Amino acid sequence: MATHATATATEEPLVAVEGLSVDFDTPRGTIQALRDIDLTVPKGKVLGIVGESGCGKSTLAYSLIGLLAENARVAGGAIRMGEHDLARLGAAGWRDLRGTRVAMIFQDPMTALNPVTTIGQQMLDIQYRDRISRSEKRARAVEFLEQVQIPDAASKLDAYPHQLSGGMRQRVCIAMALLTQPDLLIADEPTTALDATLEMQIVALLRELQQKFGCSVVFVSHHLGTVAELCDDVAVMYAGEVVERGSARSLFHDPQHPYTQALLDCDPARIKIATRTLPTIPGTLPDLRQPPRGCAFRARCPHAWGRCEREHPPLYPGAAGQRVRCHLSDPAEDAA
Amino acid sequence: MLFYTAQRLVLSVVIVMVAVSILTLMLHVVPGDPAVMILGPRATPELIERTREAMGLDRPLPVQVAMFFANILRGDLGQDVFTGRAVSQIVLEQLPYTMILISVAILWSAACGIALGAYSALRRNTWLDTLSGVVSVGTISIPAFVMALYSVLIFAVWLGWLPAIGAGDGFWDGITHLILPAFAIGVAWVGYVSRIVRASMLEVMTQPHVRMARAFGLPERRITRSHILKIAVLPAVTLIGTGVAHLFSAAVFVEVIFARPGIGALLVGAVNERNYPIVLGAVLITTGIIVLATLISDLVVALLDPRQREEF
Repeated sequence: MATHATATATEEPLVAVEGLSVDFDTPRGTIQALRDIDLTVPKGKVLGIVGESGCGKSTLAYSLIGLLAENARVAGGAIRMGEHDLARLGAAGWRDLRGTRVAMIFQDPMTALNPVTTIGQQMLDIQYRDRISRSEKRARAVEFLEQVQIPDAASKLDAYPHQLSGGMRQRVCIAMALLTQPDLLIADEPTTALDATLEMQIVALLRELQQKFGCSVVFVSHHLGTVAELCDDVAVMYAGEVVERGSARSLFHDPQHPYTQALLDCDPARIKIATRTLPTIPGTLPDLRQPPRGCAFRARCPHAWGRCEREHPPLYPGAAGQRVRCHLSDPAEDAA
Repeated sequence: MLFYTAQRLVLSVVIVMVAVSILTLMLHVVPGDPAVMILGPRATPELIERTREAMGLDRPLPVQVAMFFANILRGDLGQDVFTGRAVSQIVLEQLPYTMILISVAILWSAACGIALGAYSALRRNTWLDTLSGVVSVGTISIPAFVMALYSVLIFAVWLGWLPAIGAGDGFWDGITHLILPAFAIGVAWVGYVSRIVRASMLEVMTQPHVRMARAFGLPERRITRSHILKIAVLPAVTLIGTGVAHLFSAAVFVEVIFARPGIGALLVGAVNERNYPIVLGAVLITTGIIVLATLISDLVVALLDPRQREEF
């Protein structure tokens, strides 16, 4: 049953990321992993974050739950969620939000669960805040294992993680995340470690449960097919910046940024003409210790010209209602 | 778990048998004829020959080993060459002293080592961590007998706080006599255990399931206890299990230095006198205990880590 939490322009988003910058201090210099990120996560919707490896999409996901690496620091901006600014939240503040309003599903289900504790105990542990009896907590655990379609759920409570397959473990992780009834569910490439058939099952399950529980989801992936399947909105990231964002429909049907276009051209599922070699985007990500002046993508962009080198493009409004960080979308360029 | 336990038990018995065989062979390589030792320098060759026959020393070596095993199965470890008392009785008289010494040493050093290691890992790269690292490595590199000698010198001779000699009479006296020897053989193990617990905690702390526990807002204390420490102590448990063998050899020196009764002191005396039955009996019991300790530590690891139970 789809909840029709239609986010109108006036409705306040669940999370608003405003000009977020995150730096990593390394022995070889400061890496500007996220630069001036502006995003909103609408209530009850799924926001997809796509981009190639190293573009900062996982860093963004982790900053939404305050689990950045020790050498990372928020260099600027804010993450607004209700009255909280997640970018400035202390350890105690985070403990109150994690497992109540924000939950996360991790990339590798093989290592995400405690190997020496039973599934049931781990599901009881995360309910430590709830003032209900142990047997009620167990009943809730079984209920959520059934929600994620684990067969014979009650018997799985006594199983250890290594006794379950990867797909089953990821279902357990999803059940645990949903058990806490979060407002925001962050999924960091939850299907990357699974094989293709499982991937589609898990994505379908996520979609179904998201609609049932009505939570907002931030879904990080480099697989465009799953993003198209699952997400309402999409943000495309490149070199620590959002280069294009908008509804999934507009991005997949009418991509405006040359990087988005190139990404879509590289998706094997979209190739129409037989080819011997899979298409790639030539070149590599720029060095984020010294982000290039001007447009970050210009070195790999087939359309780059003089202005791209001089001037860092802002997010221009795009043709289909999206926002595009490319001078090609500058209304002034058309006029010129 | 039952199958795993049974399998380990069988393996343990085999290890004891191999160890005893090797030991019997080694004793014959050491110069000095036990019959000559017993009878003294003025014995006639005839008398020596008769004694050797009585002790079974004239039989081929494999037969001697086999006879020894047959006797063990009947609970007979032979007789003391000089007094004729049953070896099993003599060894069992001395065993409690050594067992208490080793148990106390293990308990205090494991408790301190785990606490120190966990503390160092949680406060890594602070000056306390560095200090504990330096002290740990320092204690590891000092042999137990040196530690024993200096602790006697400082605490018994200079300060006069603790007794230096014997095992004491009664409970409290026994405890005061236990402190210095247990300190001397345990202190290196504080170092070993704390180093291994620190290293394995630092490794476990970076594992994804710890991050997942944090993502659910679990209290740090609980994460440390049931997500980090519970896994990080596993190598320490194995280390302590195998460490019992080292503790026995340290106990040999320390018992001599503190003039404490025990297996170590018994063994040293028996070797000097070529009192084969006692040496064999003491070593057999010691080997049994070491193998038992390894077995127990394996079972504890299996109990703590479900993945271990099913690998066999």
